[in-house]
Order: sequence, then structure tokens, then C-alpha cells
Amino acid sequence: MKYLCLVYLEPDKLHAVPDSECAMSGQRLRERGVLVAAEALQPIDTATTVRVRAGKVLVTDGPFAETKEQLAGFYLVDAHDLNEAIQIASKIPPAREGSVEVRPVRELEP
Amino acid sequence: MAAEPIQQTIESVYESESRRVLATLIRLLGDFDAAEEALHDAFRAALEQWPRDGVPSNPRAWLVSAGRFKAIDAARRRTRFDALDDMGEKAEPVFIDTAAWADDESVDDDRLRLVFTCCHPALAPDAQVALTLREVCGLTTEEIARAFLTPAPTLAQRIVRAKAKIRDARIPYEVPSRADLPERLEAVLRVVYLVFNEGYSASSGEQVTRHDLSAEAIRLGRVLVELLPEPEAQGLLALMVLHDSRRAARTSPDGELVLLEDQDRSLWNRDQIAEGVRLVEQAFSSGAPGPYAIQAAIAAVHAEAPAAAATDWNEIVGLYDLLMRTAPSPIVELNRAVAMAMRDGPAAGLAVLDRLLDRGELRDYRLAHAVRGELCRRLGRTADAQVSFERALKLTRQEPERRLIERRLAEVSK
Repeated sequence: MKYLCLVYLEPDKLHAVPDSECAMSGQRLRERGVLVAAEALQPIDTATTVRVRAGKVLVTDGPFAETKEQLAGFYLVDAHDLNEAIQIASKIPPAREGSVEVRPVRELEP
Repeated sequence: MAAEPIQQTIESVYESESRRVLATLIRLLGDFDAAEEALHDAFRAALEQWPRDGVPSNPRAWLVSAGRFKAIDAARRRTRFDALDDMGEKAEPVFIDTAAWADDESVDDDRLRLVFTCCHPALAPDAQVALTLREVCGLTTEEIARAFLTPAPTLAQRIVRAKAKIRDARIPYEVPSRADLPERLEAVLRVVYLVFNEGYSASSGEQVTRHDLSAEAIRLGRVLVELLPEPEAQGLLALMVLHDSRRAARTSPDGELVLLEDQDRSLWNRDQIAEGVRLVEQAFSSGAPGPYAIQAAIAAVHAEAPAAAATDWNEIVGLYDLLMRTAPSPIVELNRAVAMAMRDGPAAGLAVLDRLLDRGELRDYRLAHAVRGELCRRLGRTADAQVSFERALKLTRQEPERRLIERRLAEVSK
């Protein structure tokens, strides 16, 4: 089953973990065959929100979340169960600086 | 004529086996709701067939296989897709060989799986408690709601959500590996102790129901010790049994709290004390007693003192020192200060307590101020005692506790 591990960090911690360490941990997960995809994200002030209402595309700057932690990256992993997903999430380096939200992926109904 | 005793047999089988059967059915069916339905179907089948065919030699295995059969049958009837026929074919050979998956060992494992799944840290603490009481102990949603003074729909929702998370996030139905066991067992023991305390120290709600919660926690503690004789499981059971041994002496006939030193020790339950002491010894024999075992040992020292004045305070201070090394907390320090006051006199205890209060963590903790008031009272520092008791009074929300502090306050204000 797939789980999306969303990495949240406070803005001043975005670079607290060296990129090389993140790359290495991603490599290890890939070698174990549990990693589907993983990326780090630019800070939230680069974000744009898109909505379609009544056929019109509405584009806005942001969001500027109230919360102190922002989405900083993600790992899509393939794990046997939640325990394995938690175990993988605990090895994601930024977990020690911010938090990792583990969300099971929902298969779309055919 | 013969129907009556069989009816009773089935009821007592339900009493003793239904939780075990459920735990095994959850493993076999992979779903809590399907397993509960299957459990009820299995007992309905027993009510029909046992009076006619007699009670099977292994009722548990019979119920498990009947439940499993009913569940497969129900799934078949719901959907007539070919895919399900595969499932039936796969299930058939296992179905014949019932004894293999309903033997004592795998059933015991299933009960542990159920406990660890209900107390999985990915579930909200409230949900862990509710789920454990419902699935492991077999309490109804209404009973749990009453015990926790929560509306039944809220509680039902909590249980539904937890079960959905177990299914959708795939929380595994398994006993944790050796490496994860200490941490996961800690979570289980925390749930059990929470249930116990809810029943033991609650000041409101139906007394009877609340007592049931403590009894339920003790029963659960026994199951754990039986299935997983870890020192901390023994320690927690000892702690609960020793606390429970004082139940009759803890409140006066008019419902007032009676402090440990004022309790009528002849009301203490000797059998429970003997059991608690035995468990403490077992837990300590491991060589590295944990926080529950140490707290139980402290309770055992009190339990073995024939009178309050005969308490071995030196031993208790030593145990608090040990507890400070294993699980330090300001509350433990407060209790240690009390023990020191009893051993070395109120002035010594007060000196330790004041240093602790200066650190600020216990500034809003009612018992810290109540203890300070009591120590000042014993030293004749009436004005200081009054200030501390008043502060404690402002912070307390428990009715009997409030009355107790008010009585003390009235004494020093005279």
C-alpha cells in the first residue's frame, strides 16, 4: 500500500538538514525498493493557488498559511502497513527538525 | 427440559470465550466490523444447533469456524461476482482444519494482537481507551459512554473513526517485534492505567459503573500478565491491585475522602495485598524494575505497615530515589518530599518542597500547595499554612478533595 509522507518545517528550518543528507536517505529508500517518488519544495512564498469556478480559471498568490509549519517536501512510499510506513517516515531526516504527516493513499474507484 | 442448562452453557461460553473468538475472527477476516457480525452469527448458530446436536467438544474452535463460515457466506450473498468464489475455494481447506487456527497458542496471540492494535499510538488516546474497552473487554458503547460521562453518539463516533483508520491506514494486526515491544507495551499499559484511574479517582458519576472500570482494568492487567509476563505488566497489575485493596477504607460512610494515614487498615483487602506484594517481587526479580513496579513497591510498603506510624519511610524515600532515576518528574519529587517529611520531620520536607516550588513547574498543581499547607500547619506556621491551603482550594476541582482542604483550612484558621 502507498503512503504519502508530507514533510512540514518551520520557514527558518527549511535548510536545517543538508541537501546531501536528504539525497542520501532518498537513495537508501530507493535501494530498498520502497520509494515511489520524493521531492523537496521551494518555500511557500513561491506558491500559486489555482481554482476553476464556473468555467473560469482563478489564480491567486499564496496560500499564506497561518500555521508556522509549511509543506517542505514529500516522499511517496510503498509500505506493507502503517507500521512500516511510520518506520520509513522516522528515517526521513527532516523528521527531527519538523514533522512528517503519514497519509495512506486512496485508490480511485474505477 | 434440557434446553435450560444448554442456554446457560452458551451464556457462560459467551462470557469466557467471546473476546477470544472475536480476536481470532478479526485476524481471519481482516476487518473489525465483519468479525463482530460473524461473532454474533456464530452465537446465533450455537443457540440453534447446540440444543439439538449437543455442545461441541471444543466450543471455541466451533464458534471460530462457524463465524468464519457465516462471514464468507454473507460476503458471497452480498456480491455474486466470480472473484469471491476464489475466496471460498481458498477458505475451504482451512475451514475443515479448524483446530489448527483455534488452538490455545494462536488464540492467545490473537488476544495480544487485539490489545496492541486497539492501543496503537497512531490512534487518538481517547479512541485507544474506547476501543480497548469495547473490543478487548466487551463493554457496550453505552456502558463506556456512561463511565466516561461522554454522550454515547460521541463515543460511538470515536470508535467508528478508529476502526476506519485501522482499516484505511492499514494498522497491522500483530504483536510488535521485540525491538518495538517496550515502547508499544508502554502505550498498552498507559491505556490500562488510565482506565483504572478513571474508575479509582473519579469524584463524579455513578459510583458503581466507575468501580466497574477499575475492575475491568485489573482484569485486563491480568490478561496481559498471563500472556506477556513482562516486569512492567506485573508492576502495573501490582500497583492496581494494591490501590484497589484500600478501596473500602478510602471514603467514609458519608462519602468523604479519608487520607492514607487516617484509614482504617482493618478494611484493607488482605488477599489483594498478598497478590500485589507477590507481583512486586516478581517484577523486581527481573533486576531492572520500571516505573510501575517501583510505584507498586511503594504501595506495598504502605500496605504492609500495620499502622501509619509504623510505615518504613526510609524504604519509601529510597524507592522514590530509584523512581527519580527511572522516570523523573516534578510529581515524583513532590512525593519524595512528603516521604522525607515523614522520615526526617516537616522542616526537612518543607525545605525540599520549597526548592521544588521555586522552580515553577508545580505552581498550579493543587496537591503541591495542599502538602505545603499541611507541612506548615505541622510546624505551627499557621499564616503560611492558610495561604497554601487557600491556593490549593482555588486550584482543586474535585468535590471531596475541596471539602477535605476546606476542613484543614478551617482548622488552621481557628
